[in-house]
Parts: sequence; structure tokens; C-alpha cells
Amino acid sequence: MSTFLNEWGDTIWQGFIDTLKMTSISLIISVIIGLPLALLLVLTRKGGEAENRIVNAILNTVINIIRSIPFIILLFFILPFTKLVAQTTIGVQGVIVPLVVFTAPYIARLIESALLEVDRGVVEAYQSMGISTSKIIWYVIVREARASIVLGLTIATIGLIGATAMAGLVGAGGLGDIAYQYGHLRFQPDVMYTTIIILIIMVQAIQSIGNLLARKLRKN
Amino acid sequence: MISLQNVSKTFEVGKKKVEALKDVSVEINKGEIFGVIGFSGAGKSTLIRCVNLLERPTSGKVIIDGTDILTLNKKDLQKVRQKIGMIFQGYNLLKTATVYQNIAIPLRLEGVPAAEIRERVKKYLEIVGLADKAKSYPGELSGGQRQRVAIARALAHEPEVLLSDEATSALDPTTTEQILELLLTINKELGITIFLITHELDVIQRICDRVAVMEQGRIVEQGKVVDVFTKPEHPRTKSFVRNKDVFHVPEAIKQQLEKSGKLVALTFLGESSKDPFLATIAKKFDILPSIIAGGIDQLKDQSVGNLLVHLKGTEPEIQKAISYLQAEEVLVEEVSNQ
Ligand SMILES: Nc1ncnc2c1ncn2[C@@H]1O[C@H](COP(=O)(O)OP(=O)(O)OP(=O)(O)O)[C@@H](O)[C@H]1O
Ligand SMILES: [Mg+2]
Repeated sequence: MSTFLNEWGDTIWQGFIDTLKMTSISLIISVIIGLPLALLLVLTRKGGEAENRIVNAILNTVINIIRSIPFIILLFFILPFTKLVAQTTIGVQGVIVPLVVFTAPYIARLIESALLEVDRGVVEAYQSMGISTSKIIWYVIVREARASIVLGLTIATIGLIGATAMAGLVGAGGLGDIAYQYGHLRFQPDVMYTTIIILIIMVQAIQSIGNLLARKLRKN
Repeated sequence: MISLQNVSKTFEVGKKKVEALKDVSVEINKGEIFGVIGFSGAGKSTLIRCVNLLERPTSGKVIIDGTDILTLNKKDLQKVRQKIGMIFQGYNLLKTATVYQNIAIPLRLEGVPAAEIRERVKKYLEIVGLADKAKSYPGELSGGQRQRVAIARALAHEPEVLLSDEATSALDPTTTEQILELLLTINKELGITIFLITHELDVIQRICDRVAVMEQGRIVEQGKVVDVFTKPEHPRTKSFVRNKDVFHVPEAIKQQLEKSGKLVALTFLGESSKDPFLATIAKKFDILPSIIAGGIDQLKDQSVGNLLVHLKGTEPEIQKAISYLQAEEVLVEEVSNQ
């Protein structure tokens, strides 16, 4: 055990940190992009507060196209774009761009469906009180959808961890990369199992935290 | 105070057009409780939603305190809306907020100072009788309690008018009664004008001063509740008013009784219900009256007695008795003629 730790401890720890970094940075940027997209989807849809057929159709199509490309292909497909935005296509920095492109539309969809669950009646009640649309969006729609949004983000985060594993292909590191490099290519099964166990614990922990938070927010 | 003038509303669903309101005009006076009754799909919700422009009329005017609010810009319309409270069948509360927050949040969004918010929430929770539930969530309350929160939320804006879209329709009779009682108190003590819609006659009868009857997007009859109640003219109104247990006499019994005389429905208003009319006509004329069914309806500020009476005797004597009753301001209607 201690020899294993001495030999692999640092590598695995570094992988864990890399995974955490890639996941959290991509998640934050994806939410920053995905939440407004979701709001735009909800507002411009038929019967929405800012109904706009064209904007809605374009948004839907773009999101659907991106969402139909598997991450591994997307990773290479958008290399020029990645280079342009991140100045590099390798390492943690190089992988953030494809991870965000992959996750933001997914998060937009998850948040959209959470927002659509909110009772239209409450929105009307607030309109009837003379409260502006922008305030209603934030203090009524987003507020009431918080629990569902948290559950959606939990799902997205777990998907993101899966995607980071593939990021090893562009030399970004992370737990998935370690499992692949050492466990598969150099046949070190104990390293592979250890990283897998760590990944399992991470996913479980995230799901539990998400569930707990959602329950706290739901209140009914 | 509120005047809807020639309001029409047409919904376009795909290629089909639904005329929900057809040239509707109503006038709601300051301080009164005005009710609109009609069957499902008559256009009641569309009508009440035109008052605060949750629904914009296709044509017509919506005049509130002298201003046609259809001409207002967004900001000014929001100001007008703050003076018009609205409650709904589905309560429409924030599920994730406590009772206190449900009342406080809209006030905060309107920019009411924090200290005043605290005061108002306290005051109106007391008025609706829920001072002890401030920390509860709507999910922990009964339907009636949720409606009380919604009422407190509306009142906390200190509106001049309260719109009620079927506020009691999801509640059981006892709870309905309590909510109606509360609306009456609000009307009397806070002086708030109430415009409500309902499909339940009881609601109209208990608390309304005036009523309009709606059918297929039109108002077919309107007037004081007592008048519409005792002398309904339009068939739809009659179907509401006459649809009462008192008049449900099995056909066989009816035919049996009609052989030996006449079945008449008598309506007594207020004070006249105290005089012993039946005994009097039995003495004065050669007839034998017998009561088949009866009841008293309590209107907002007077009672209406209904009796279904069988008058046994010859036709001339019956006619004399009827004339006598009519002279005494009892409304007489021959049931067999209906
Ligand atoms: N947003 C809408 N789009 C299309 N049609 C509508 C819309 N709202 C109402 N209608 C139609 O207008 C008519 C009147 O509806 P409304 O909701 O005003 O009736 P109501 O009297 O309130 O009925 P209920 O007692 O069932 O609530 C109905 O035929 C309804 O289908
Ligand atoms: Mg309705």
C-alpha cells in the first residue's frame, strides 16, 4: 500500500486536481453561457414573454447540431476555434474550450426544461401586480426552478467528468487520462482501479450533494 | 371606477378564430361587489383578465378612473396594475417561499421600504387570520389557507380593486363560505371594490351587489342581484336561478297535483316573508294551499323566500288568490307554464 502510494500518489493526486480543475472551470463557464441561452429559449418560444420565432428557431437548431456531435469528434472538429480562443489546443487550458462548447448547450437544455416546469400562473400573478418582466424572470421563474436547475447541473457535471477523461487525448491530464495511459497502455491494473474508484466516489459525492441541495431548495 | 366599453376579444388558434368576448360593456362602481356568472367557456376569465390587461382586448376600451389603460405604456400600466389586486383559482403562490416571503417579495420588487413591508405583511396576515403561519410554506397549508395568503398578498399592495377569478372554485363549501366572508369584510372594512367571476350561484347570492350573466362571450342580463334573482329574464339566467332544489318536483307528482288545482312558485322578498299569506288566502278565498317545497336564500343584505305551493280549488278562486298575493308584492309564477 505505502509503496503504491509512494510510486503513484503524486501522479494520481495531480490527475485528481486536473480533473477537478477542468470540470469546475468548464462548468462555471458553461453555466454562464447556458443560463442566458436557456432564458432566451424560454422567452422567445411560442407564448413566451418575448416571443420571436426566428431567434428561437436558430437557437434550437444550433443547440441541436452541437448536441448531436460526440465529444471525441467535437474535440478535434473545433481545434481551429479552440486555438483561436485559448491560444493553445493542448493541456488543461486547451481542453476547456471544447468542454464548454460541449456542455453549455446541454446545460441550456437542462435549465430550459427546469424553467418550463414553473407554473405559468405564478408568473401571471406577478404580472398582475405590475412587476416588470426582468424581475419576474429572476425572482419568480429562476427562483422557483432552482431545485430542478441544481439537479440538471448535477447531471451535467457528471457528464462533464466523463468528457474530461477523453481530454487526455490532447494531453490535458486528469484521472481518465491516467487510467488510460497507465492502466491500459502500460498495463498497470492497480493504477486503473484506483482512478476508477476515485471517479466513482466523485460521481457519488456530486450526486448526493446535488440531491441534498435540491431537496433543501424545493421546500414542498 | 372600472368601465369596460364594447370590449371584444378574438383568439386565433392556428387558422381558427375563437370569439371569447363579443362587444361586452360593464360598469363597476366604487365600493361594490360585482359578480359575473356563466358556464365554463362563457368568456368570464377572458373578461376579468381584460381589466388588468393580462389579456389585451381586440377592440373596445378599458377605462379605469377615467383613463383608457389600453393607451398606456408599459411603465404606466405597471403602476395601474399595482392598484388592482388579483386572486386566482390556483392561488399562484411561490412554492419555494414562506407565507411571509410570498407577501413580502412582490412589495420588495416594487421598492416598498423594508420597515413598511414588515408592517404590511403583519397587518394583512392578521386580517386574513394567518398570523401564526408566517413561516410555513404553501405546501404545508390547506387550500383555504393558501387562498388567504393570496388574498393577503393582493391586499398588501393596498389596492382599490380586487379581481377574483374563481377564487373559491377549488374549495369545499365550508371553506368557500369562510373565504366569501373574508371578501365581504375586505369590501366593507377596507372599502375595496371587488370584481369577481364564478360559475357558482351561491357566490353571487352571498356577497354580490350586482351581477352580470354571461353566455358565449356576451352579457345576456345584468342588474341588481335581488332583481336578477327574483325576476330573471334571459333563459340562461333562469337556468341558473331556477336550477334550485326547490323546483325539482318529480314529473309524476306534478301531474297528479295539477289535476286538482295549480302549482305556483312564490317568491317573498325581505320583510314580506314574515306575513302569513297562505293562511290569509285560505281564509279569504275558497282554496286550500299546501306547501310542496320551500326554502330561504340569504342574499347579501336581504333574504328571499321561495315556496312551491299547490293551490287546490276552482280556476276563478285561484286567480283571485294569485291577484291578492301579487298585490301584496309576492312574486307568483305558475310552474306548469314553464
Ligand atoms: N389563450 C387562449 N387562446 C385561445 N383560446 C382561448 C384562450 N383563452 C381562452 N380561450 C377561449 O375563449 C373562450 C372563453 O374562455 P374563458 O377562459 O374566458 O372561459 P371561462 O368562462 O372563464 O370558463 P371556465 O369557467 O372554464 O374558466 C373559450 O372558448 C376558450 O377556449
Ligand atoms: Mg375561467
